[in-house]
Amino acid sequence: MNSPNRNPAAGNRRPSRPAWAVFGERALEWIIWCCGISAIVFVLAIFYFVFKEAAPVLFSKNFSLVQFLFSPEWYPTSVSNVRYGILALIVGTACVSGLAIVLAVPFSLGAAVYISEFCGPKTKETLKVVIELLAAIPSVVWGFIGLTVTSKIVQQWTGAPVGVNILNGGIILALMCVPIITSIAEDALKAVPETYREAALALGATRWQMVHRVLLPAAKNGLLAAVLLGVGRAVGETMAVLMATGHAVNIPHSLLDSVRTLTANIAAELGEAPVHSEHYRVLFMTGVLLFIITFVVNLTADLVIRGIRKK
Amino acid sequence: MKPAIQSANDPVSAAASRFSATPFVRRKLRFESIARWLFFLMAAAMIVPLLWLLGHLVMGAAPSLSLNFLLDPPIKGMKEGGIWPALVGTIYLVVMALALSAPVGVLAAVYLNEYARDNWFHRAINMAVINLAGVPSIVHALFGLGAFVYAAQFGYSILSAALTLAIMTMPVVITSTREALAAVPRSFREACWNVGATRWQTIKAVVLPNSISGILTGIILEVSRTAGETAPIMFTGAVFFKAVERGDLFPYQLTDQCMALSLHLFALSTQVPGVSESTQYATAVVLLGVVLLMNATSIVLRIFLRSRMKW
Repeated sequence: MNSPNRNPAAGNRRPSRPAWAVFGERALEWIIWCCGISAIVFVLAIFYFVFKEAAPVLFSKNFSLVQFLFSPEWYPTSVSNVRYGILALIVGTACVSGLAIVLAVPFSLGAAVYISEFCGPKTKETLKVVIELLAAIPSVVWGFIGLTVTSKIVQQWTGAPVGVNILNGGIILALMCVPIITSIAEDALKAVPETYREAALALGATRWQMVHRVLLPAAKNGLLAAVLLGVGRAVGETMAVLMATGHAVNIPHSLLDSVRTLTANIAAELGEAPVHSEHYRVLFMTGVLLFIITFVVNLTADLVIRGIRKK
Repeated sequence: MKPAIQSANDPVSAAASRFSATPFVRRKLRFESIARWLFFLMAAAMIVPLLWLLGHLVMGAAPSLSLNFLLDPPIKGMKEGGIWPALVGTIYLVVMALALSAPVGVLAAVYLNEYARDNWFHRAINMAVINLAGVPSIVHALFGLGAFVYAAQFGYSILSAALTLAIMTMPVVITSTREALAAVPRSFREACWNVGATRWQTIKAVVLPNSISGILTGIILEVSRTAGETAPIMFTGAVFFKAVERGDLFPYQLTDQCMALSLHLFALSTQVPGVSESTQYATAVVLLGVVLLMNATSIVLRIFLRSRMKW
């Protein structure tokens, strides 16, 4: 600031833009800010509107929260004795998604390790494209495959009376979860610093030793988050389980029993429930429960991922 | 160790034995190759079902696939005929949803990547985006029903369904746009700031032109996701059947209900008895074809652009 002003005529005036440009930019940045917070608004709106439709049922004499959560008796349209218990549906969801995760996790983690550590760049590209395409298949197509293709295979191999059962749904859901878990797990492995690998290999470790002594412990949290996000996806999946798990509301005793899940129950009955009836509101209450479950799962996964970032 | 001592006088064999594998090394190499094969099989386990299912579906669909199948409306209680109304309905829904969500999604990503500071508010938005992506599709359907169909009184219409789809698929755009924006080096921005440009001028002149292709990739991905969704439109605006003339391009009003490809597949495979198998398969193949084509476009575009990237 000690150099003299070269253009005295301009004085100390700052170069300025026309007022409308400044104002326009302000307005635009305000719009951008609005869009930025829209995600929060939408999440809150989802909870608000779903809960708003569900709330009146909390004060109904036919409904109690304890019965809702812990009774396996789901008779929403009974004339004499209406009962809204979703335990059977919760168990159904748990069984199908549990089986799906058990089937999917070993394959996805194995595939993630192979993609990130064992294969060359060309194979890597190909496999990643395959994963992306697998993840893109719409859930209704998976449901259709479950209904027409895998259910027959399941029936043939196990001799089950009906092909659409927990096993069938679990297989379909596993196929749907694998690409998600694999791609997130691969990201987690990629996030491990290259120096870790170099140090292990320099000590004479083989790749396998490096993977299971160095890489897996280092990427533990990321892999856990990947599995959790897979769980979230499995629990929330609707069309595929609606079509592939059969339609029986009962607590299953074996893998070959048909079940109904929370999501499929809403999809199947919402069309028939009279608007703003008690049955309709109970279905919205199930939606609130699903929202809370997936919210908690996603939050946990996010915290776990943040845990590694901090380190 | 005995042979090594005996051949100590012979330099060639001494070197050979010093560098030849000890049982310990051989064992670890054996484990290495077992692990490599195991992981390879796990990765291959993803490709095989994909190819097999695609092949199976296309083979099953072959008898029905023709240009007439695409252009004809369904006849005889949806048992025969084509899929034209569903195809047009899906296009309507996708275009509407895209027009609603892509601008908001892109601007939200601009806010998150260019304006937001790293504080709790920013983290809350991030969390909201992750959660919005994780909310089950059926809960989105409940939200659409409560918010758009009843509260906003749009009724069962294309508008309600498109709004629901828009909110559901927005995280896809946000995530991929953020990645595209983050790939623009910081030095580009700094250079622009240093010549006196404001934040928005920098974004307009430097950041967006350099990331537009990545943003496009994300939008194509969103199209593919939107086209495949079933649950969110089931209760907000899509119907099983609607009479439409062959080849009619503008059969629907914004406030009409419409048919959609994904819901049509669901209806054919579960609701309508006596549909020939090849018609079902052909519908599935068309839906899958649309979705995978979109994804393939986005993948090819991305690979092409990465090869052209100058930094």
